[in-house]
This record gives sequence, C-alpha cells and structure tokens, in this order.
Amino acid sequence: MGKSENIGDQKREQDLINQFLADNVLFLGPDPEIMENHDIAPRTDAEDKAMKKESDPAVLALVRDRLQAGCNETFEMLEQMGAAPGAKWGDLITGIFTPSGDLAVGSTGGVLLFACLVHHPIKFIKKYWEKEPTVGIREGDGFIHNDARYGNIHNTDQSLIIPIFHEGKLVAWAGATVHEGENGAIEPGGMPSAAEQVYDEGLKMSPFKVVENYELKKDLVTYLQNSVREPKLQYEDMKVKLFVCRRLEQRVKAAIAEFGVDAVISSLRRGLEDSKTEVQRRLTEWPEGKVRTVVMADSTLRENCLIKINLEMEKKGDELVLDFRGSSPEFANRCNNTVLSSLKGMLCQLFLMFVWPDLPRNQAVFAPIRVICDPKSTLRSSYTTPNAESMMTFFPAFTAAQLCVAKFLYNTPAKFTKVIAPWHNMIRTFIWGGMTQHNEMVGNLCADLNGMGGGARADRDGEHAIAPIFASMADTGEQELNEEEVPFIQIVSKKIMCDNQAFGKYRGGQGYEMIASNLKSNMWGFMVCCIGSKVSSTPGLFGGYSSPTYPLCKVKGVDTFEIMKSHPEKWEFSIVDIMNKQPFEGAKYSTHHMGLQFELCNRGELYMIMQGSGGGYGDVLERDPDLVIRDIEENLISHEAAWRVYKAVFNPETLVLDRDATQKARDAERAARKKRGVPFKQFVKSWSKPEPPANIPYYGCWGEDCSTIYAGPFAGVPRKVMRADNIEAVFMPNPKDVRIAELEDRIRTLEAKGRG
Amino acid sequence: MKVPMTEYLEIDLDRELWLCRVCGHEIGPARGLYKEGLLVHARDPREIHKPVLDPEMYEFTFAPDPSWVQILEYYCPSCATMVEVEYLPPGHPPVHDMDFDIDALKAQWKTRKPLTAGELAGPDMAHFAQHTHSRKEKAQHRHGGH
Repeated sequence: MGKSENIGDQKREQDLINQFLADNVLFLGPDPEIMENHDIAPRTDAEDKAMKKESDPAVLALVRDRLQAGCNETFEMLEQMGAAPGAKWGDLITGIFTPSGDLAVGSTGGVLLFACLVHHPIKFIKKYWEKEPTVGIREGDGFIHNDARYGNIHNTDQSLIIPIFHEGKLVAWAGATVHEGENGAIEPGGMPSAAEQVYDEGLKMSPFKVVENYELKKDLVTYLQNSVREPKLQYEDMKVKLFVCRRLEQRVKAAIAEFGVDAVISSLRRGLEDSKTEVQRRLTEWPEGKVRTVVMADSTLRENCLIKINLEMEKKGDELVLDFRGSSPEFANRCNNTVLSSLKGMLCQLFLMFVWPDLPRNQAVFAPIRVICDPKSTLRSSYTTPNAESMMTFFPAFTAAQLCVAKFLYNTPAKFTKVIAPWHNMIRTFIWGGMTQHNEMVGNLCADLNGMGGGARADRDGEHAIAPIFASMADTGEQELNEEEVPFIQIVSKKIMCDNQAFGKYRGGQGYEMIASNLKSNMWGFMVCCIGSKVSSTPGLFGGYSSPTYPLCKVKGVDTFEIMKSHPEKWEFSIVDIMNKQPFEGAKYSTHHMGLQFELCNRGELYMIMQGSGGGYGDVLERDPDLVIRDIEENLISHEAAWRVYKAVFNPETLVLDRDATQKARDAERAARKKRGVPFKQFVKSWSKPEPPANIPYYGCWGEDCSTIYAGPFAGVPRKVMRADNIEAVFMPNPKDVRIAELEDRIRTLEAKGRG
Repeated sequence: MKVPMTEYLEIDLDRELWLCRVCGHEIGPARGLYKEGLLVHARDPREIHKPVLDPEMYEFTFAPDPSWVQILEYYCPSCATMVEVEYLPPGHPPVHDMDFDIDALKAQWKTRKPLTAGELAGPDMAHFAQHTHSRKEKAQHRHGGH
C-alpha cells in the first residue's frame, strides 16, 4: 500500500479492488448463499408497503384462489399440450413466485418438489443477471434452466421462467417445469446411470435467457435441439412452457387489474409468511425429542453395495432438524449423488404431500425445517460429482424421513393425513430409446413409474399402483397410445403379481408387472434404474414388513413374437411362469439387479420388471383374517403365504375361514415367538459387531457413531475408514474391469487345477 | 396418564414407563430404549419374503439377500405382539429409534384429552373441513355445526 496509509486512501483502494474483482469474475458457479438457503427471502420494502396498503384477509384469499386457479389451469394446459411423456402424465408443475423468487403458489397437481427448487435459479437470475449489461431482466424475457447444481432434481427436468412486470416494476415470476426426458446424455432418456462424470450427463443449463419480447431465440433453440436426441420435443416443449408462463402472466395481470397490484404482492407474501407461521405452530404440537432410523440403498445402479442413509430427526419447540450425518460418502464416478438443495426439495415434497396436504403449495412450508449433512457425503455431493440419478439416494432419504415423521405424528392430536407406512420409493419403469417405427430417434421413459404401491395406513390397507412418492396426482397413461409413437409393446401390463406384498396388520398397496419387448424397430433398447434387488428399498411401520426385493428379468436370444405365432400355447403371461418354466427353447434366461445401463433389445426379446409395494403396517398376526381371504380372492396373495405369514386357516376349495383354527394357529405362533425371542441385552451381545462385515461393500457410519465413515471393500479395493468431517469421494472400478478380473481369477484357478 | 406413541407402545407419564398397548406389560423406563424390555429375533428375510423365482436357477429371486440384510423382530415378552421390525445388515447395532423428552411430553399432555382410535390414525380426507369464504358456513363451524 506504499506510503498512503490514511483511511480514505485505504477505502478507495479497497473499493477499487472490489470493483475489479466484481468486473472480472471468471466463472459464475452455483452460489452457496443461494443454494444453501431454503428459507423465504426477507420481506422487501415494496412488499411491506403493499401489505400495509392491503391486508384484508378476504381480499388476499380471493387473490390467492384466483392465482391458484391460474396455476391449476396452466398445469392442465401443459399436460395437454406438452410433447414429453412426462408432461402427458403429470410429471410437471407450474407456479407463481414473488419478486424475490420464492414460490408462493404452485399447481395442485404434479411434482411439487420441482417447485420447491425453482426458487434457486430465479434467485440466481435476480442476483447475477439483473444488473449484468449483457443479460438484464426485461418484460418479455424468459430464462431456461435444468442443472441441479443451480436448483433442480436432475437435468432431465427443464424449467422456463419469465418475469412479470407491472408499470415497469417486477411484481412476480411465472415458472413451468417438465420432466422432458431426453437431454443428450451418454444414454438416451435423460437419466444416464452409465454417467461417470457430470460431462456424461448431457445438457447442463445454468439459468440463461432464451426468450426476448416473448419470442424464443431461434439461434439458442437450434443449439439446444442439436444437443439432444429429440429436437422436435425440445422445441415443442419450450414453446408450450413459454405459453403456459404467458397464461400465468395473464392471470397475474388480471388479478392486478381486479384487485390492485398491492393486493397481489401482499397476497403472495402473506401466503408465505402465514404458511411458515402455521408450520411452526403445528410443529409445537409434536412431541419433543429425537427419532432415528437407517435405510439402506443397495446399489449405485452400476454395482450392488450397501449405501447407508442415516437420519436423526429432532423436534425442538417450533423447529424440526433432519440430521443425515453418518450417511454414505459421495461417489466420484457414479451418478447416484444428491445435491443438498435437491434433497431439501424432496423432503419438502414429503411434508406437502404426506404430512400437511391442506397447506398452500408453497416453499415456506419447508422453511422452519433444517437439514444437516456431512460435506462430500452422497446427500451433499460436490460440484464435480455426477447427480443424474440422485433419486437413488434422495428417495431412501425421503423414506427415512417418512418413517421418522410417523413416529412423531402418532402421538400428535391434530393430524392432517393418516399415519402411513412408507410409500414405495422407487421408479420401477422402463427408460427407452432408439429409432421408432416412424424413423425418428427418441429417448424417454414409460409412465408406469407413476403407479407405485401406497404405504399401508393406520386403519386400512395401502392402495395398489396408485402414485409415485414425488407426485400426488399423476397418471400412468394408456399403453395403446404409447404404442402409436414408439415401437415396443408391453405384452403383459397392469397385472398385479401374487405375493408381491409388504405384509402387515394392514398390507401395503401392490404393484403390477410389466413384460416389454421391441416389436417394430431395428434399433431399440431399454434401461432400468432402481435400487432394491438385494435389500428392500421400502420398509414397513410399527411391526409391518417391508416390500419384497425386485430383480430385472430378461429372456434373450429368441423372438417370442414368432413363438406366439407358431406355438401360442407355449406363451406364459407372467414373469414367474416365464422364468421358472423357461418355455422358449434356445433362449437365455437371466436375472439382474435393477441398474441396467442402456442395452439393445432385439425383436421379441423380453425385459420384465415389477412395480413396487408400499410398506406394511402393524403385526401380521393382527390382520383381520377376513382381509386375508379377500386378498386370496383377489389373487394378491397365495394360500401358502396366507398360512405362512398370516396364520390364516381356511378351506382351500371354498375359502371359508376357520376362525377357531386361525385363532389357535396365531396363539401357537405367539408362543413360538416367545420361545425364539431373546432378551434384548443378551441378543445385542451376540449380534452387534464393532464394524461392518468384512465381506460386504459398505458405505457410511456403523451403528450410532456418526464420526467414522466406512467405504468398501469392493472388487479388490480395500475398505477405507475416514472421519466424517474429512470425507474422500469413493471411486468405483469399472464393472467390466471387475468382471474381467473375476474371469481371469477363474481361469488362473482352473489352470492351476489342470496343472495339479 | 398414558399416551400412545406407536401402534403398540404407550408411555405412562405418571410412572415414566413404556407399556405394551396390547397387554399393558411394563416394558421399561420411558427415558430409556424401549427395545431393552422386548424379546428380539434375527430372521432370515427369505422366511418372510420368499423367493418367487427358483433360487437354484437365478441370483435375484424377489427375496432379499440374507448375507446383506436380516430382519430384527421385536416381541412383547408378555403377549408376543410384534411391536417393531428393523431391517439391518448383519451385525449392525439396533437403532435407538425413539428418544422422547418425557418432561416436555408431560407438559404437553397436561391439558390434552385421550385420543380416540380415529384421532390416532388420522383424518379421512372425505370428512376434512373444507376451506370456505362463506360467512354462513364459517358461523356454523363456530357454533359446532358441520
């Protein structure tokens, strides 16, 4: 600083340096100040003034209802006009945001967690583009975004966002988000489980301007079309989302014309503040204390391993803290990692859908809830780790939270939903891609993921194939309509598989089986992406059992359509019969975990999967035996399971229940429980071990000590033990290298035997 | 006063005890881990989630892998009700899943009435009080009408 040491000079020099740094930012990455904050923004002066001018609750409620109707209307528009399968079947949302970027009103249907995340890109746009001379925010502008690191689930979902002005002032934002599917990733369909780095995951759009004067910029649209496998879809859905945003703008402007701008600004802000206050009030009624659980994810989608999701939920006064420390480290070259904000979005969905569905659909509902994760854990992954399949860790985190919430809610007098066992938490469906019968290249997915089994409730069974955990209102679509556009058919669909049940006093809702094959294309393939083939993904509640585990089953090397023509009697129409009876001569039958990377399917080869069951509730011996018989009548469970699990005794011909014999059988089973059960302390002595089994690839803390994290061993890479505050990302070997090493070992062994 | 905490567990606030809600058995101190007063059995998960595909033919069969996960079943030592189940890797210590602040619970329940079965399970959405702008309907609600 030389000789000029007086305070004025120092300040001038510091200002100069600050200005220089501000003018010469090399790269505007995700801003931690925006990304780590999920609270609503502070009330602005303009909002404060508007709220003083218009505070009549009746007027504010009318405005809110008007805007809610606008959101629901645009949801319908987007669903009807959108080209993406996700749009057609409800994997979307529309919403209105405050000038600061907080979601104030979201559409009732669709994927609420989208809306809990879109405030991040809006806040980025406001902070960085408003005063940036090369960008700016003007009436008629629109911004596009899909990168989870700036606020999203994963980059298959694209948002279009427009500012809404009144008399030259920014008064709100409108946004529309759709699961578009194709995004130019290393595999078709938008959810590439083969991605080993973020650059394999396709388009990663930080928020940028793509609309001016309400027109899509053709040069940018062309670039985006060239970046994905479905250029027509990319264009069409950008147009649709823009028109949907414009309809929202129209509805906001109509509300301003009718009620005044102060009423609209006041209503948006008041809704947020009131929601936050109401959640805090409701939380005070929950019991004070801590509830803990562990959910194990059993796959990265490339290989099986145990990925621990560890949760301690603490409720204190009007605050709820979700502490996920002790969960698995992040995976440097696997895409199952979750960005912290995506985790928060998913958890917000839990409270909006399963705890307080009566509250307005806005992000303030989650504002009083804090989330803690270890840096570089799989639930708080780094900028450089892939995240296209973040659902593989944040869905189990959702389930852990759902389990804990149930244990707080049961004792709470004022409930707004049923106490419920975990909903089935996976997306058991086919992702597909290739050339269609119309000679178009496509990549997307089946809507069957929208029909997972509901969790059993405290006073009734769960519903079958009803909804995914991320959307209360979505559709599974019509298979026949699907077949008009793509060259594969589901030979078996919507057929519920016997014994695919999470047992309990009340059983979980069940899912249906799907047998798919390529019929009309020379180049067509499938992917599946789910955990839960070795360890169930969805546990039960209060003594209820979990869902079963689910494999992928394949029949390769044969055209079963030809067999259908020549020997129709050979065809079996269930996964179990096809796999156990192996009716097609010369075919190769195999089962796999549910992490299938994109693979070509020849005509008539079979890919077979099941939707999942929701968790069971309560002790199986308390199940009303009449309900057991009803399940048999509906072919939901077998006679064998009715006896083995529920101890129901009945006439196998007439299904007439023998109540006395059932009671006796259940009494005998209770006696057997007492005989085989061991007092807890004695049990722990023999059961509990100081660290994970040496032969299991295990990732996360062990027991309740969250300070030590284990990783491995896997495929010759030894187990690493690290401190939770100094996690190193896990680098997994290539599964093909692992397989080659296994086969080389076998060759060596056989050669040694030969020599011996 | 006894307050239900789960389908099968309640806390006697006066005596600070976990109780079985089915038979009233005194399980243990409410400030401690209720599991300590229960019987436990580690079960091979295939006994419940039976292989549907032939395990001689296939690696994945719709049944969990017992070398990766076991089911810990917790029974009331008196009536043998299965109070809780836990799916854990072999050797993973059981989780201290519920750790409530008993003093706060006592304060909360000082003025509350016992919950009915319906209140414990949660509301039926069909009967949920609807949001209304009608002064008439609001007045009816205030006077106990529905």
